[in-house]
Amino acid sequence: MRWIWIDKFIEFESGKHAVAIKNVTLAEEHLHDHFPGFPLMPETLCIEAMAQTAGILVGEAKKFREKVILAKIKKAVFFDYVKPGDTIKLDATIESIAPEAASISGRITCSEKLVAEIDLMFSHIDQNLAGKEFPEENFVFGTGTSVFEPLLRDVLSVAGKESGQD
Amino acid sequence: MAMSRDEIEQQVREVLIEALGVDDDEITTEATLMGDLGAESIDFLDIVFRLEKAFGIKIPREELFPAEDLMNNSEFIHNGKLTEKGLAELREKMPHTDLSEFEKDPDINKMGDLFTVNAIINYVENKLNAA
Repeated sequence: MRWIWIDKFIEFESGKHAVAIKNVTLAEEHLHDHFPGFPLMPETLCIEAMAQTAGILVGEAKKFREKVILAKIKKAVFFDYVKPGDTIKLDATIESIAPEAASISGRITCSEKLVAEIDLMFSHIDQNLAGKEFPEENFVFGTGTSVFEPLLRDVLSVAGKESGQD
Repeated sequence: MAMSRDEIEQQVREVLIEALGVDDDEITTEATLMGDLGAESIDFLDIVFRLEKAFGIKIPREELFPAEDLMNNSEFIHNGKLTEKGLAELREKMPHTDLSEFEKDPDINKMGDLFTVNAIINYVENKLNAA
């Protein structure tokens, strides 16, 4: 299993807004345990999928130079189940972005129906207020994470290719 | 479009309820953000973002919560306490906060206590009046 919970971006407006989709399928093993006879995409993974959508949006806003990590789940409210066969749409909007952090609001929908509202905060950890130091290598958007390029294939021609080149 | 202090306090309360997940009755003006309301470092940024939106103001980095900056400077800190120079710097950076109690024993461990609900209300009030 690879820890990627979105399939591709379908909209991307740099520094502002992005939409990714995920196709949920019974080939995902965990669905057979969550729950036996009643497979649902775990809500925790819906939050992770939103964090990946929004995290890439926030990362791209600074040309993937910052190490962007999820710092706070401000809100996560679920209105419906996500089941195998569903294509969910993860819609993330940057509310605020500063040198040290970013705040986003997110909505998950399935066939136009609201599934969840998820608001998150990300930290640019090199800019943290405590002045802690982290490894120089960008372990978030570094070269080992080239999977971001296929995710962005349809929406970014230039910015996506710059990822991990620093 | 002047806001009264009560209106400012009400908005600040709403920001803190949302950002920290606390109840309205936990928020007294003397309550400290870290000690009483359980704020962590990322919450400070969350609060800054929310205040900017709620009041339509721009809050520069370190202006509202400048303590971390001081902590990293040996000129300002000696034996776990703020030096005269450090205190002077803090006074300059936090004009919206009453430091008279803290000055009697400027232990850096107590700096967290300076960030009270009242300090935020004062800060926003000054900021709105200056605009």
